[in-house]
Amino acid sequence: MQLGRVIGRVWSTVKNSGLDGQRLLVVQPVTPDLKPAGKRLICADCTGAGAGELIYWCRGRESSFPFLPVEVQTDATIVGIVDTVDYYPEP
Amino acid sequence: MILGRVVGTVVATRKDPRLEGKKLLIVKPVTPDGEDESGYVVSVDTVSAGYRETVLLVAGSSARMAEGCKDTPVDSAIVGIVDTVQLDT
Repeated sequence: MQLGRVIGRVWSTVKNSGLDGQRLLVVQPVTPDLKPAGKRLICADCTGAGAGELIYWCRGRESSFPFLPVEVQTDATIVGIVDTVDYYPEP
Repeated sequence: MILGRVVGTVVATRKDPRLEGKKLLIVKPVTPDGEDESGYVVSVDTVSAGYRETVLLVAGSSARMAEGCKDTPVDSAIVGIVDTVQLDT
C-alpha cells in the first residue's frame, strides 16, 4: 500500500457494470513526508474519501476485494483515510 | 487505473482462441491534465470506445475481471469512457 492525496474526480457514463455507483478519484501518490512522488492515477474508493484528503491505496487484483461479492473492475483502490503519519527519517 | 486516449486499432488473425471476437485498441496513456505520456498499450475494449476517446484503463490481473475477459490472456482492458476529469487546484 502507498500513501496518496485525493486531487480530483473522474466521471464516466459508459463503463463496465461493476463500476456502477463507484466513485473514481484522481490520486497523487506521496512520500511519507507528504511530497508528491510518481504518476497520478485513478482509484476506486471504499472509504468515502474527499477532496484533498490524505489516504492510502492498494494496487493489483487485491484492490477489488473490498467490494466483494461484487466484482469491481479496478486495479487501484483507496482503502483507508490517514489520520496521522509519524515519520522519522534516519539522519 | 490510468487514463488513456485511443490512437489506433490492432487486427490479429492468429491468436489465442479465447481472444476471438475481442476488439484490440492501441491506447496512449495520458495524464489527468490530458497531456501525453510515453509509451502505449494494446488493450481489450469492453465498452465500444472509439478513436480519440479518453478511456479508463485497468492493468494486470484486474483486467481479467473486465466484462467478457474472464480467464482470457489479457493484462490491459478498457473498462470505461471518460466524460470529464475534474482536478482540484
